[in-house]
Amino acid sequence: MLQIDGVTKRYGDRTALDAVSFAVGDGRLTGFVGGNGAGKTTTMRIILGVLSADSGVVRLGGSALGPDDRRRFGYMPEERGLYAKMKVAEQLVYLARLHGVSRRDAEANTTDLLERLELAERRDDTVESLSLGNQQRAQIAAALVHSPEVLILDEPFSGLDPMAVETVLGVLHDVAKQGAPVLFSSHQLDVVERLCDDVVVIANGQIRASGSKQQLHDDNAVRQFELLVASDAAWVREMPGVAVLDFDGGYALFEADDDEAAQGVLRRALQQGPVASFAPRHRSLTEIFKEVVK
Amino acid sequence: MTIADTRANTRANTFAQSAVLVADREVRMRLRSKAFIISSVILLLAVIASIVAGSIFGASASSATTRVAVVGDSAALTQISSLEITEAGSVDEAETLVRAGDVEAAIVPGDGPTGIRILALDKAPGELVQLLSASPEVTLLEPAAQNSGLAYLVGLGFGIVFFMAATLFGTTIAQSVVEEKSTRVVEILMSAISARALLAGKVIGNTILAFGQIVLIAAAAIVGLVVTGQDALLGDLGPSIVWFVVFFAVGFVLLAALFASAAALVSRQEDIGSVTTPVMMLVMIPYFLIVFAWDNDLVLTIMSYVPFSAPIGMPMRIYLGTAEWWEPLLSLLIILATTVVVVLFGSKIYANSLLRTGARVKVLDALRG
Repeated sequence: MLQIDGVTKRYGDRTALDAVSFAVGDGRLTGFVGGNGAGKTTTMRIILGVLSADSGVVRLGGSALGPDDRRRFGYMPEERGLYAKMKVAEQLVYLARLHGVSRRDAEANTTDLLERLELAERRDDTVESLSLGNQQRAQIAAALVHSPEVLILDEPFSGLDPMAVETVLGVLHDVAKQGAPVLFSSHQLDVVERLCDDVVVIANGQIRASGSKQQLHDDNAVRQFELLVASDAAWVREMPGVAVLDFDGGYALFEADDDEAAQGVLRRALQQGPVASFAPRHRSLTEIFKEVVK
Repeated sequence: MTIADTRANTRANTFAQSAVLVADREVRMRLRSKAFIISSVILLLAVIASIVAGSIFGASASSATTRVAVVGDSAALTQISSLEITEAGSVDEAETLVRAGDVEAAIVPGDGPTGIRILALDKAPGELVQLLSASPEVTLLEPAAQNSGLAYLVGLGFGIVFFMAATLFGTTIAQSVVEEKSTRVVEILMSAISARALLAGKVIGNTILAFGQIVLIAAAAIVGLVVTGQDALLGDLGPSIVWFVVFFAVGFVLLAALFASAAALVSRQEDIGSVTTPVMMLVMIPYFLIVFAWDNDLVLTIMSYVPFSAPIGMPMRIYLGTAEWWEPLLSLLIILATTVVVVLFGSKIYANSLLRTGARVKVLDALRG
């Protein structure tokens, strides 16, 4: 398990990170969400040790991380970059070897990964000659080529077409399945909602929420229901313990004080005529996010 | 196939292993660059050409003969080997030969104290006049060890080679630092190895390249001198070439560290010039000094101890024979000590600037961290 414990980072009198603490479980895909400048990239850089924290500590499996542990991390920085004039395979082998992988294993890993990411036939092309999407795949290969035990990816899906998103996702799931903690940040909350096991929300350098996706939904649940009936649903407004939020002909979105009040609405609707649908409304991560960071 | 198939038996690189990996990449990438290969070949050809040209001009100058017509007794003149003598019956005949261009001048009987007169077409033949003049014997009390014209060329040679190699590889190392910053690959590199190992690898890689080029040029110069039969010059030049190579190796590490640290302050290729200009000055000033003050003892002595000019100044003094045996060693110590200090500060600036992209980083900020 990767633990970030009370990490604080200041730039002059601006506090970029304020006692940030959260954990990334083994084998869990953890989404890291927050607005621009919230502190995602700074946090990730501190985890990777390319930036040092003013206070606080990052632990892996309970012990504080040193420079030697970090070579087991796979990292995809927000600012994408590889050597533009180096060949794809050559570059991946080089990066793997910098992480301490032997030449033979580095070459084997490179071949495996390029095939997995559907880049095998571009292995001897220079990075600058690749399309943007393929450059992104090469970038992901660079984060994985040394068989990392922890993955930290800053916005891995930005700039990927839907096909590539699926490919990359498959790879991430594979890594997580082997028990690696995987942390990735994203602006695309719908992607995070679909993919992640856990979610961490950061705003203004402070962690606003962290835990499993289900937990986040439960904690921020509201007693809202949607009703769709064949006839006019104006009567819902007169029901006790109910506040209508939205109304349009046979459709009503309402908030109930308790479950009994909601059931009352359903009983009345059935008396009035056929009910097309009646369901509690799940809020999307986007809505929860907006509320949490407020 | 899944990622699970990939192997995970890694172990941490030592500092040296990381630096060697980086150096290896620097060398391989550079040797693949056409621009590098072409500029190296041109530099090499220029050195060979200057040696061959030197031998040709040297030979033609010494074997040149002057054709003269002589009226009267030519017995004394035939002993002067550089004269090709044509006997002429009369002064008129000699004048005709001169006017026709068959000879460059004619020696005819004259009324003056020398008893001879020289006829020439439109200017006095200086060489001939000198040959026929009686000069007093000269004894130099403090003879110069080397021919001054040659000494100038040797100084210029050291200056040009050092200047070219330092600017070529200094610029190369600066570009390679900024390339990593501008393509952002540096963040991945820094998550794998320390900034110091990265800097060390870059300096080592480029020093090997620069040093290799210098050794190649030195070897070409020595072989060229031997092949063209200028071994005598080689005997004089040999020790200073060897010292030049030694000083160059250390001096270049110093410059490479400076170029790398300076370049780390900026993030775009077009900003390199603004930060490397001060370093470039350190390379250019010794070059101009050797061009304008190559025969000034004081300037050369100072140059031979200042770390940035010692690689030119000290070999020059060794060539001129004005350096005591211990002087190059002392100068080498000074340069080594300076290199250590510069590398320490430089690596700090480098490490602290790498992740600051965008605007130029101030040196003081980079030192503070």
